[in-house]
Amino acid sequence: MEKKPEWAYSDKVKDHFENPRNVLNDEGAYNADGRGIVGNIKCGDEMIVAIKVDKAKGIITDCRWKTYGCASAIASTSMLSEMAKGKTLEEAYKITAKDIVDELGGLPGHKIHCSVLGHDGLRAAIDDYYRRNGINRTP
Amino acid sequence: MKRKVYLDHNATTPLHPEVKKSMTDAMEAFGNPSSMHSFGRQAHRLIDDAREKISSFIGGRPEDIVFVGSGSEANNTVFNLLSCTAKRCEAPHTKRRQVITSQIEHPCILEAAGCLGERGIEVIYLPVDKYGKIDIAKYEEFISEKTALVSVMMANNEIGTIQDIKKIGSIAHKHGAMLHTDAIQAVGKIPVDVRDLAVDYLSLSAHKIYGPKGVGALYVSPGVPFCPFIRGGHQERGRRAGTENTVGIAGFGKAIEMRAKEMDGESKKLLSLKSRLKAGIEKNIKDIKFNGHPSDCLPGTLNVSFDAAEGEAILLYLDLEGVAVSTGSACASGSLDPSHVLIATGLLAEQAHGSIRISIGRDNTEEEMDYTAEKLAVVIDKIRNMSTVGRGAHGKKA
Repeated sequence: MEKKPEWAYSDKVKDHFENPRNVLNDEGAYNADGRGIVGNIKCGDEMIVAIKVDKAKGIITDCRWKTYGCASAIASTSMLSEMAKGKTLEEAYKITAKDIVDELGGLPGHKIHCSVLGHDGLRAAIDDYYRRNGINRTP
Repeated sequence: MKRKVYLDHNATTPLHPEVKKSMTDAMEAFGNPSSMHSFGRQAHRLIDDAREKISSFIGGRPEDIVFVGSGSEANNTVFNLLSCTAKRCEAPHTKRRQVITSQIEHPCILEAAGCLGERGIEVIYLPVDKYGKIDIAKYEEFISEKTALVSVMMANNEIGTIQDIKKIGSIAHKHGAMLHTDAIQAVGKIPVDVRDLAVDYLSLSAHKIYGPKGVGALYVSPGVPFCPFIRGGHQERGRRAGTENTVGIAGFGKAIEMRAKEMDGESKKLLSLKSRLKAGIEKNIKDIKFNGHPSDCLPGTLNVSFDAAEGEAILLYLDLEGVAVSTGSACASGSLDPSHVLIATGLLAEQAHGSIRISIGRDNTEEEMDYTAEKLAVVIDKIRNMSTVGRGAHGKKA
């Protein structure tokens, strides 16, 4: 029989919740190349995703975030920031909620819809990068 | 070993050591309490003894106490009797087709009321003020000769606010309506006397007061209509079928006996622990709001909202520090809506999402209050550093 985790979430979620990666501490000083914001605090979750881009190669060199939300919102944004780094803009654009949930080793069903928003935040940040650089996105 | 601090006594409590002992002893009395032989009589005596202790603690007669399987069952039993149309039912299908309850009831009342609504009974949900007190003026506007039942909880499980049940009841009776109160969070924490309150029905539960889970009771005042929620046996004078939970009932009786001895002294201790914790939180953390009534509140209940922090995250970071609390955030409940109680008191959704309930109990210490305030400050700081929300922005509006 599979061992049930002792915590409310998987070990990976717990790890990212306890030790969130790539938190955007000082947004002013970060000087992002693209920034996206999704969600709404009235609904309980809101995320800011900020990226740095190697313009010549079209690769995301750094991804930072802020989240207002529950443990799975925090952990999933943290996980997304690791997944995005090193990817081309178009590869990163294709990251889905399911990809994040799979990387986290699963989430309770009712949590996926409301708390996994990081991929949308990342897409908004990439769109923002394109807009700032006058690029028409042609996937 | 890591420190563990349990501050979720409104959810449930550990067994009082005396209760545990009484239950272990009661396990020997395996006979069916309905049997006439000595084994049955032994079990029956334990139940009678518990019934005696409970009725004397709340001021009723032993025969007015009906043992049930939970507080939720007690509440459902009362709501069920209004819609019973069976000829055999002693609760006549009344011409009165209206129920008045409040917006801050426990979900088991709100669900049962919702079902009554679908069975053609009008249900009115009274609003509350910012402290969670029933709006008496609105209540007097709504109540009429159409009202069959008024059901208002005595003390709220989330914010601890205590209602003036005596006044609510006298208004109900003036209009010929019956009064039920869900006193599950009240009995054993604050004085409750059914005769003084003049209630017709009152629900109580064992596991909120250091008794076992799976046993509750309904006080039914002499002469009021009754309809069994569970039929098919003569147990509980025909009011609740099913072989009695002797061990649970014995534990309930002991829990009440211990409340009678300990409640007054403990209440002072809980108030002092709460004010120590509250001061610690106020000292260390900015942009917060305490919810519930400042004085008419359960002695051990403290509900607080933190700007820019979400409740489930607070709960789980505290859990990693060994501190157990609960939250009114939607994110912990599996629904999308935050606490209906906090919203009814006028909190914004984001303030309700950022709330936690701390409920202190008999074993907690001053040192644990200091530890909790200290850890809470660290946790809130950590969450706010990650948060998208600026502080103080929405907290000021309340």
